[in-house]
Amino acid sequence: MDTADKKRLLREMLFARRFEERCYEAYVERKIGGFLHLYPGQEACCFGVMEAARPGHDYVITGYRDHVHAIKCGTDPKAVMAELFGKETGCSKGRGGSMHIFDVEHHFMGGYALVGGPFPLAAGMAKAIKMKGGDEISICFLGDAANNQGTFHESLNMAKVWNLPVLYVCENNLYGIGTRIDRSTAVIDQYKRVAGYDIPAAQADGQDIEKVYDAAKIAVDHVRSGKGPYFLELMTYRYRGHSMSDSNAYRAKDEERMWSGRDPIILLRDKLIEAGVITKDDYKAMDTEVLEQIENDVIAFAEDSPEPKVSELDKYMFADNDPYVRGGQR
Amino acid sequence: MAEIMFWEAIRRAHDEEMTRDPLVICMGEDIGVAGGTYKATQGLYDKYGAERVIDTPISENGYTGLGIGAAFLGVRPVIEIMSVNFAWLAMDQIFNSAAKVRYMSGGQLTAPVVVRSPGGTAHQLGAQHSARMEKVFMGVAGLRVVTPSNPRQAYGLLKSAIRCDDPVFINEHELMYNMKGEVPDEEFFHPLEGSEVSREGRDVTLFGYNISVHWALQAAEVLAKQHGIDAEVIDLYCLAPLDREGIRKSVSKTHRAVIIEEAEAPVGVGSEVMAIINEECFFELDAPPVRVSAENVPIPYNHGMEKAAIPNPQDVVKAVLKMFGK
Ligand SMILES: Cc1ncc(C[n+]2csc(CCOP(=O)(O)OP(=O)(O)O)c2C)c(N)n1
Ligand SMILES: [Mg+2]
Repeated sequence: MDTADKKRLLREMLFARRFEERCYEAYVERKIGGFLHLYPGQEACCFGVMEAARPGHDYVITGYRDHVHAIKCGTDPKAVMAELFGKETGCSKGRGGSMHIFDVEHHFMGGYALVGGPFPLAAGMAKAIKMKGGDEISICFLGDAANNQGTFHESLNMAKVWNLPVLYVCENNLYGIGTRIDRSTAVIDQYKRVAGYDIPAAQADGQDIEKVYDAAKIAVDHVRSGKGPYFLELMTYRYRGHSMSDSNAYRAKDEERMWSGRDPIILLRDKLIEAGVITKDDYKAMDTEVLEQIENDVIAFAEDSPEPKVSELDKYMFADNDPYVRGGQR
Repeated sequence: MAEIMFWEAIRRAHDEEMTRDPLVICMGEDIGVAGGTYKATQGLYDKYGAERVIDTPISENGYTGLGIGAAFLGVRPVIEIMSVNFAWLAMDQIFNSAAKVRYMSGGQLTAPVVVRSPGGTAHQLGAQHSARMEKVFMGVAGLRVVTPSNPRQAYGLLKSAIRCDDPVFINEHELMYNMKGEVPDEEFFHPLEGSEVSREGRDVTLFGYNISVHWALQAAEVLAKQHGIDAEVIDLYCLAPLDREGIRKSVSKTHRAVIIEEAEAPVGVGSEVMAIINEECFFELDAPPVRVSAENVPIPYNHGMEKAAIPNPQDVVKAVLKMFGK
C-alpha cells in the first residue's frame, strides 16, 4: 500500500461510512424497510482484506451486513441503494433487499440471512475454482457468533480435507445481536478454534487498516498459492445496534467510548495528516464531496427508479424455458 | 431395450453425464470407494477419481451447502443423501440457499444442484429410518421435486435433473433399487414436469407416485378382475409443481379420485391433489375424493405394526369399493 492507495482507501471508507449513515436516515424516513444491518466501525475489515485480494475477481460471500462488501467488490452504490429502496434497478431487482445484495458480474456472490449459511457455500465456490483451474480465491466474511453454527465446523473440516482455496474472515465485533461473546462462546479468540482442523489462522487489529492489510496479504497469498484454506480473525466493533430494531442497551458506555476512540477512518485520517499527505481541510472537502455524491447520485437514483412490476411476481423463480423441464434437447 | 435394475439406471445416468461434462460431480457418504449404499454410484470412483466422486464427511448440511456453492460457479453436483431421514439436517441449505438464490438475486445466480435421497418404509428400520419427506420438499417455492417409480424414470429424470438449471430434489425409495424395468438403450431425457398415465381406465382415477404407483396398479388389476371396475392409474412422478392439467383431465374423465401415498395424510400429496381437484374440476366429481395414506404415527419397529402403519394395495381396493358403495 503506497500513499496514494491509503488516500484512496480513506475516501472509500468514508464513502462507506456516509453511505451507511444515509441508509439509517432513509430507514427512519421509511424509504427502506425490513431488517437493516449497518457497518460503521468495521470498515477497515472489509477494505483491508479486499485491498490485499482482487476485488471483482475473487469471489466474495457474506452475511446480511453486506452493502459495503458489495461496493468494495465493484457494485455501483446506486444499485445497492436502489435495492434497499426495493426498486427494479436494484442490484437484486428489488427482490432481495438489504440482506440479499447480489452482484455476480463483480463476483459478489451474495448476502445471506441465515447465520452460518455462507460457510459451506464459500467452500463450494472454492471447490469449483479448483476444478476449473482458475486463480481466483473464495472469500467468506462472517461474524464471531456465526462460528457457533455447525456449518463453521463442517466447512473448515471439508476445506482442509479437500485443500480448498477459501479464506474465512471472521469480523469479531464481540457481539451476536445483544449477547456478548463471552456469554455465548467458550473461547473469545476465534482463531484458536480453528486449530482442531489444522488450518493456519491469525488474529489482527481490525480497526487499523494497515494491520488488516498486512495480515490479509499473508492470508490471501497462502490461499492463492494452493496451500489450502486460511482463517483470519479481525477484532472490531460495530457502532450502531445490531440492526435498526436493536436499542443497543446491552453495551457499557465505557466499552463504546473505548472503541470509538479507535475509529478506523479517524485512525487512518490522522496518520495521513501527520505524515503530511492530506490536511484537515482536505479531509473536510473529501467528506463534503462524498456526502454530495451520496445525495445527488445515489439517493436521487434510488428515489427516481421504478418499482418492480407486481405482474412479475413469479419471475426469477425458475430458469426461463429450461428445455429439460419438458425432457427436450437444447 | 434392456431390462436393468433401478440402481443400474441411476448409475448409468451418472456415468453418461460425467463422461459428457467434466463439471458433473457426485458426492455423498460412502458413494466413492465403497460404491454407494444402494450401488447407485458403483464403479464411478475408479473411473472418474476422487476429485469428482467425493466421499464426504457425515456433515449433511455442510456438504449439501458445498455442492450448492460449487453449483453457483457452474459445477453440476449430484448429491446423494444416504437416507431421506438425514436430509432433515440439510434442509437449511436446500431451502434457504438452493431454492431461494435465483429469486433473491433477481435471477443472477442459480443453483443447478441435484439432491437424490431414498425415503420410505423399508424393513423394520424403525422410526428414525423410515421417514417419507416428499411432502416437506414439495411445499417449498423454488425447488423442483420428482420421484421415479421405475428404472426408466430413474434414468431419465436424473439425466434431465443434472442438465436443468434449477435445483432438483429426487425422492427415491429404499425398497425399489433392485426393481427391474426396461430402459431404452439410446439416451433420453424425461420431462421434469407433468404426469404419466400408467394404466388407462374409465371408472376411477388412482393417483400414485414412486412406490404407491405399484400399489395402485395392483389394486387396479384386482378391481378389474374381481369387481368389474376399470381404474385409471396416474403416476405423479413430478410432485413440484404438481400437474394440474393432468389431474384435471383424468378426473374429468373418470369423475372419481383416490390418492395413494405412503406418507401420513396431513399436509401431504393427497391433500394437495384433492385441493387441485377442488379448484380444477369439482363439478365433475361423482363422489368425494379419498386418500389412502399411512397412519399418522412414527413408524414402529415391530413387523406387524409396521405393516399396519402404511397402506397396501388391499387398502386401495377397499377404498374404491367403498366409494362405489360396494
Ligand atoms: C440461523 C439463524 N439464527 C439466528 C438468526 C438471527 N440473527 C441474525 S444476526 C445474529 C447474530 C450474528 O452475530 P455475528 O455472527 O457475530 O455477526 P454480526 O451481526 O455481529 O456481524 C442472529 C442471532 C439468523 N439470522 N439466522
Ligand atoms: Mg458479531
